Amino acid sequence: MTAPLAAARMRPRDVMRVGAVGLRTRPMRAFLSALGIAIGIAAMIGVVGISSSSGAELDRQLSALGTNLLTVSSGQTILGEEAKMPVDAEAMIERIGPVQAVSAIGEIPQAKVYRSEQIAAAQTGGLTTYAVRLDLPEVLGATLRSGTWLNAATQTYPAVVLGATTAERLGVSAAGPDAQVVIGGERFTVVGILEPVALASDLDTGALVGWPIAEDVLDYDGHPTTLYTRADETRMEAVRSVLAGTANPEASNEVDISRPSDALAAKQATEQAFTGLLLGVGAVALIVGGVGVANTMVISVLERRSEIGLRRSLGATRGQIRTQFLAESLLLSAMGGAGGVCIGAVVTTGYAVYKGWPTIIPAEATAGGLAATLLIGAVAGLYPAIRASRLSPTEALATP
Amino acid sequence: MISLTDVSKSYPGGVTALASVSLEIRRGELVAIVGPSGSGKSTMLNTIGTLDRPSGGTVRIDGYDVSKLSDNQLSALRGTRIGFVFQHFHLAAKVSALDNVADGLLYSGLPLSERRRRARAALDRVGLGHRIDHEPHELSGGERQRVAIARAVAGDPPLVLADEPTGALDSVSGAGVMELLHDLHGSGTTIVIITHDREIAGSLPRQVRMRDGRIVADSAALTGVA
Repeated sequence: MTAPLAAARMRPRDVMRVGAVGLRTRPMRAFLSALGIAIGIAAMIGVVGISSSSGAELDRQLSALGTNLLTVSSGQTILGEEAKMPVDAEAMIERIGPVQAVSAIGEIPQAKVYRSEQIAAAQTGGLTTYAVRLDLPEVLGATLRSGTWLNAATQTYPAVVLGATTAERLGVSAAGPDAQVVIGGERFTVVGILEPVALASDLDTGALVGWPIAEDVLDYDGHPTTLYTRADETRMEAVRSVLAGTANPEASNEVDISRPSDALAAKQATEQAFTGLLLGVGAVALIVGGVGVANTMVISVLERRSEIGLRRSLGATRGQIRTQFLAESLLLSAMGGAGGVCIGAVVTTGYAVYKGWPTIIPAEATAGGLAATLLIGAVAGLYPAIRASRLSPTEALATP
Repeated sequence: MISLTDVSKSYPGGVTALASVSLEIRRGELVAIVGPSGSGKSTMLNTIGTLDRPSGGTVRIDGYDVSKLSDNQLSALRGTRIGFVFQHFHLAAKVSALDNVADGLLYSGLPLSERRRRARAALDRVGLGHRIDHEPHELSGGERQRVAIARAVAGDPPLVLADEPTGALDSVSGAGVMELLHDLHGSGTTIVIITHDREIAGSLPRQVRMRDGRIVADSAALTGVA
């Protein structure tokens, strides 16, 4: 007698339109609750992006500097005194097969560095004088910011190359005949200023003078304190195992061997752990944003009871009401997520450009962040949507 | 069209809104359900409109036994067979008259362009063809109720239920709305109007008077129309 009844399905486009109703009629509220999500996502993308960019910078740095540098430095004797490496340690290391290059510096503890003779003797500024070999920049990959490196002539004269931090502390901005500092009571002319040396940061606080002048004027004993060794990348371990014995055959236990690139990588690993922590903070922000969306949705359902009643009277099924509010919640958080990804990308790019790093915004983090917002939108919208769909139409219509 | 048999409705707490009501309304009738507030006439309308299920008795709308339908089927029944007109219009703010009316067809499965085409036709029918781009706050009360009526009839339902359609209007606008409902009736639509206004009720061919959840008088029974 009667044909079977079935509610028509809504088209996806209509679901979107109806889901956007709440956002259109209350744009400020939609904006603010989307902002909560956006901040969370932006924080996460920013943290991951900046950490990846810094990692990329490290990789770039390492490949530029090389990871085949080994540092040999004199340690301590069994009695706790400063140990000394033999004067010919450099020459002995050079004879190891896979070693490609070796250079040395010798710390001169008694030669303090001052800007002028007027400075009180106690104000050493934490600076150290080193006697250096001429091939040091090649071995370390160090570059000059100003002036020139020492050469065969200037190494015999009172000429000095300052480390980056030293130049800053002494207030020497450029090398030149006018720039003079006092080392061990003698005036030295600044012929060059180094850029920071990534693989040997000790040199940044150093004043570097030629080997001969150090021995002549600064009472340097000629014993190297640190040797920098470049070796065949594939045979690093073999070199490393014989290095101590070669540098100081009489007391190989008094020599410390390190690989500076390892230290950089270790620093990076520490930063990674910190990144994990920040990521957790970002995740908390995201969850707080999700709670904001849930709150907005609950209020929205309460306010729009009569609209829900009307829609039910127009033929909306419970499922369609549920879909409407779920779609609204998803739209809200998707907007927040997209905005957050943009903010995070801008922050990452800005910071990387400021730092001179390559900009890396990991695609997985972006995709993961967007997926997380959709998940949060679905979870946040589920309860309000179910409440809306359970509302009795007559009760909903009774509220003006 | 509408058949109520021994329908009762009681709410938790012992309030009885409908007490064993039986009523037959045939296709094409124009009926007033009249009574003071609290007489159960709104509950009656909600029951006829399938917005509420009765506690007892049988409700048949257009041949369908409401108690045997699922929520999904009831929604389809409302969407295709019944148009609602409310006292407070229930129009969406910041949405044009055209889209308010087109929203009445949202759950019909028709594409948007077709919904708008029909909405335009419905607005023409209620004499608001020149106001389709106006938002509710730009319309007078009478015009708003006309938009609401256009929304109710956009899908050509055989039954229109109006709950105090003139309750929020001045007498001139109210008369215009009643005229419109008479016109709709003239084109074959079954119309049930709930009102507490005896004058309006008196202008309709059949009146069902209610008090305390019971039908106390039915003019059809007296004149033998039903």
